[in-house]
Amino acid sequence: MQVKTNILSLPEEELVYPGNRACAGCALGIAYRIGLKALGPDTIIVVPPSCLTVLQGLYPVAATRIPSLNVTFASTAAAATGVLAALKAQGKKGVNVVGWAGDGGTADIGLQSLSGACERGDDFLYVCYDNEAYMNTGVQRSGTTPKGAITANTPYKGKLQQKKDVSAIIAAHGIEYVGTTSAAYPLDLYDKFRKALTFGGVKYIHIHIPCPPGWGFAPQYAVKVGKLAVETGLFELSEIEHGRLRHTGASRKLMEKRKLLPVREYFRSQSRFNAITDEEIEAIQQNVTKRWECYFESLDDIEGEE
Amino acid sequence: MQVIESGNVAAALGVKLARAQVVAAYPITPQTPLTEKLSELIESGQMEAEYVPVESEHSALAVCIAATSAGARSFTATSANGLLYMHEQIQWAAGARLPLVMCVVNRGVGAPWTVWNDHQDSISQRDTGWIQLYANDHQQIIDTTLKAFALAEEVMVPVMVCYDGYLLSHTYMPFDVPDAGLVDRFLPPYRPAYSLDPKRPANLNTVTLPDVRPDIRGNMTHGYMEIRHLLHEDMLEAIPALARVDEKFKASFGRGGNPYLEGYRCEDAEYVAVSLGSLSYHLRDVVDALRNEGVKVGVMSVHLYRPFPAQIVAEALKGFKGLVVFEKALSYGYQGTLTSDLKSALYASTWNAGRRPFVINYILGLGGREITSPDLYHALKQSCTPDGPDGNETRWIGLKFFG
Repeated sequence: MQVKTNILSLPEEELVYPGNRACAGCALGIAYRIGLKALGPDTIIVVPPSCLTVLQGLYPVAATRIPSLNVTFASTAAAATGVLAALKAQGKKGVNVVGWAGDGGTADIGLQSLSGACERGDDFLYVCYDNEAYMNTGVQRSGTTPKGAITANTPYKGKLQQKKDVSAIIAAHGIEYVGTTSAAYPLDLYDKFRKALTFGGVKYIHIHIPCPPGWGFAPQYAVKVGKLAVETGLFELSEIEHGRLRHTGASRKLMEKRKLLPVREYFRSQSRFNAITDEEIEAIQQNVTKRWECYFESLDDIEGEE
Repeated sequence: MQVIESGNVAAALGVKLARAQVVAAYPITPQTPLTEKLSELIESGQMEAEYVPVESEHSALAVCIAATSAGARSFTATSANGLLYMHEQIQWAAGARLPLVMCVVNRGVGAPWTVWNDHQDSISQRDTGWIQLYANDHQQIIDTTLKAFALAEEVMVPVMVCYDGYLLSHTYMPFDVPDAGLVDRFLPPYRPAYSLDPKRPANLNTVTLPDVRPDIRGNMTHGYMEIRHLLHEDMLEAIPALARVDEKFKASFGRGGNPYLEGYRCEDAEYVAVSLGSLSYHLRDVVDALRNEGVKVGVMSVHLYRPFPAQIVAEALKGFKGLVVFEKALSYGYQGTLTSDLKSALYASTWNAGRRPFVINYILGLGGREITSPDLYHALKQSCTPDGPDGNETRWIGLKFFG
């Protein structure tokens, strides 16, 4: 079993400066700070237009202490490939190349280039921070916006379609490592980043990022809302290593305890779900319960094997 | 070394000699044999580079943009809709001031689909901040590819090397392959002032405000508009820079001397046909035929189309009675873009001179419509009269409406 990082063993070196341009209570700020601690200073990051562009600062001020290449919306993964190819061509080693995009930049406009890079097996880490809508342009629906969420262009009924499962799409490419984590669990996030770097080809990490202004909750509750998503079983902390799925951290504990919080607590913590009725919440609850019962059974199998 | 090869192979050999370090490409006709050849050279170890078989042209240029930002000499090539699919990245590469080289193997654009030659693809990218050079034959393809890297890296502006699909890309001609040792002296390794480096962090191409702004030390830095103005200035600087590159190339390889325009029988001419690409060589035969009949006509091909060497063009052309511009592309709803650009250059240099040449514009060869010598002969003969044109409309050659 791998050693788990704790708050004392986390590196002290900060690669993201305070006073950056993130909104108050932004969970991306947590994920980016912890993620870069895991990656370390020998990292080149590729960023498409997203909240991260803004967080990093407007020319000529930058909040990040690693080189960052801003690229067009659809091209994050291809650009990461380009950085990698250039380093290889020049014989430069020991640099982590990372593409870091939002959910729109990953699930929608950037999916093609990401798929291409996964298929080619280019050796970089791709991070999708999923705040579940186009937050930087003012909260429009994306492929990963959950069903029922009110956004600027699903204003009354909420989004009618389900959330796209990007991790499953990427895992279907047969890459070595896919991790899902949440900004509410920075140590789980840190460990997954460290672990991802030990694999070859594209490594994919999907981070759930609660967004106070976009989701409609007070800025002090980002971690609380992120934890609710996990403890209700709606979002899972997991990893798919060489094709094999396992839950980690808080999600693993849910399996051991065999008890989830009611999803209602999550839906009623954010104004974006104001259009969802109690009946709809009940239907979602049944789906979540059914899914987790399968996990509980699979845990029996795993324990049987162990 | 003299070889007989296709235009696409001429380009590939140029890229090999230039020691491009990263090549990314996506297949599209008629570019494909060029990048196939590069994959062959790289996979067989004859060329040391990373070849990235991307999933789209948009990504091809993304790879090159990022690779150049990380310090590698990079190359891609495309045609037609592939070029159009890159449009966003084309502008990005120019704005980011990356000295990429891209071959555009000219082909008409859809809809409807055509795979055959015209110039609408590269002409539609005229205003993106890339240098555009047009080659007329196989020798010029390989030579221009080498000069393109030297020019791009001197002014930090990307370069398109444009040549005609099929007419040049798929035909076989003898040409000289420059000596690799001499090329290395002509084109030393790419050493940018900055490339992505964890030891020297920088945030490239980030959001830039409308106005100038102080950095954290209180020094003022450029706003978006200053950055864009510098691109324009350096584009203009590429005009004399190309002459220097051409001179240096000529000193090493003995070829060159016409960096901007290449005239044929223009010295005593009264009228001059003007064109881009291989069509200007085709026109030489027609000019010879007309000369035999006593028509004093020459032909001028334009090699450097962007930045447009307006003063040089105006000086070279203002003394003639008439200019007849043959174009394989146009700005729909107006006229051929070369025609507009020539007129604009002549207007500025002759506005108080009393007289200036008339300019007639022919559109021809769109989507590979055959351009015949008799058609060119009749058009040119009709146009070379002292009366000049009757009206300003574009004239289309070879249209066959019926019914």
